[in-house]
Amino acid sequence: MAPKIGVLALQGAVAEHERALRSSGAEVRKVRRPAELDDLDGLVVPGGESTAMARLAAPVQLMPAIRRRLDEGMAVFGTCAGLILAADTVSDAEALVGFDRIGGLGVVVRRNAYGSQLHSFEDDLEVTGLDSPLPAVFIRAPVIEDVTSPRVEVLAEAGGRPVAVRQGRILAASFHPELTPDFRLHKLFTELSAQ
Amino acid sequence: MTSTADNYGTPSTGATTVNTGLAQMLKGGVIMDVVTPEQATIAEEAGAVAVMALERVPADIRATGGVSRMSDPDLIKGIIEAVSIPVMAKARIGHFVEAQVLEHLNVDYIDESEVLSPADYVHHIDKSKFKVPFVCGATNLGEALRRITEGASMIRSKGEAGTGDVSEAMKHIRTINAEIAQLRSMAEDELYVAAKELQAPFDLVRQVAREGRLPVVMFVAGGVATPADAAMMMQMGADGVFVGSGIFKAGNPAARAAAIVKATTYYDDPAVIAEVSTGLGEAMVGLNVSDLPAPHRLAERGW
Repeated sequence: MAPKIGVLALQGAVAEHERALRSSGAEVRKVRRPAELDDLDGLVVPGGESTAMARLAAPVQLMPAIRRRLDEGMAVFGTCAGLILAADTVSDAEALVGFDRIGGLGVVVRRNAYGSQLHSFEDDLEVTGLDSPLPAVFIRAPVIEDVTSPRVEVLAEAGGRPVAVRQGRILAASFHPELTPDFRLHKLFTELSAQ
Repeated sequence: MTSTADNYGTPSTGATTVNTGLAQMLKGGVIMDVVTPEQATIAEEAGAVAVMALERVPADIRATGGVSRMSDPDLIKGIIEAVSIPVMAKARIGHFVEAQVLEHLNVDYIDESEVLSPADYVHHIDKSKFKVPFVCGATNLGEALRRITEGASMIRSKGEAGTGDVSEAMKHIRTINAEIAQLRSMAEDELYVAAKELQAPFDLVRQVAREGRLPVVMFVAGGVATPADAAMMMQMGADGVFVGSGIFKAGNPAARAAAIVKATTYYDDPAVIAEVSTGLGEAMVGLNVSDLPAPHRLAERGW
């Protein structure tokens, strides 16, 4: 049976993830309220602005609800802003202070670490488990500064830093796999959600 | 180039995936005009996805009159320092040196904007020459496609800035939607004449006809002043909204900004829109577009 995967739809690149997941064989729905998480096997937390998402999630307590479902076994895939929201620690968190995040991923992340939009870039990455390089688009991307849990497996690096990681049922990337036609990471996540 | 998700990001122009991609990350969000670092912080606190740094909001540009230009670099730098979200800034239509300056200042997006006085009444900026992305205004499909051809990575329908009157924004998004629907219904051999009439390149016209949407993200701007205005634009198919004078010309900017952000996310839920619209205080006073003499209609700038 196709796994049910939600896309957090507060703001950001929602439609792009929906399409990538559908073509990977998942049954897909948007999530804006805690009740919509109930029977999901997986949830994608898309790219966008983490500050805006954290504020939109707060009134309905969506971040703690996602964490509860993660602890119950729902898989989570965070891209860019989603990585920031899934990370245990954000080193420049001023604009996120006072707002819940999901947490659970043992890494330290720095937002906008590459600089302004002029420093956004594309790269081809060697990813563990994929047999050929994956095109990756980095847009005002966060950097994983440190890995704090031995359970974190680094799947890909760029410039000597981890850019794709996995810890148990959490998959995260600092780039945007939803912006290219190569959906292999979504396929991987769909399989992870089905397990 | 191969087709990307939802067919965004494939304009046959100078626009790059990272630049059309940043616009995709802003979708479902609100971009707010700010004139000071303090206002930028209020906007970020309210959940804005980006801010537009400028010296005067459009309502004040109208009130002051005269020639309106790019902002002082110091003001733009101060706003970049103040927030962690993307910062946009406006250059005059056709003023490629203002655009060079803004790129040098490391803004995240340049708005080649009819809200400022045009610097060239014939040519727009050749945006394909820049690394920084551009957003441009449009009142109809042909205008949008010409801007994309020149390298724009994002389109905003123009509306009538600085009025608080949403009727022009409505007119422009309805026009663009209708023109796209018409292209979709045409036979392939009718698209040649359609391209001629739209005054846009055939390849781009054919792409829109096939995909049923612009190849880049389209926000709505110009006259959005309330949560219900923003939600209506989202229901009309906008990817997000710009709010200019509507926030900091209102009674309680922080509350109004947060309310518009929430209404943009829950645009299809009247219960949420009702809740966030309650007790917001005075909206901006506003001007009826029909009362504006033609020379004061900003949407008519750009071609």
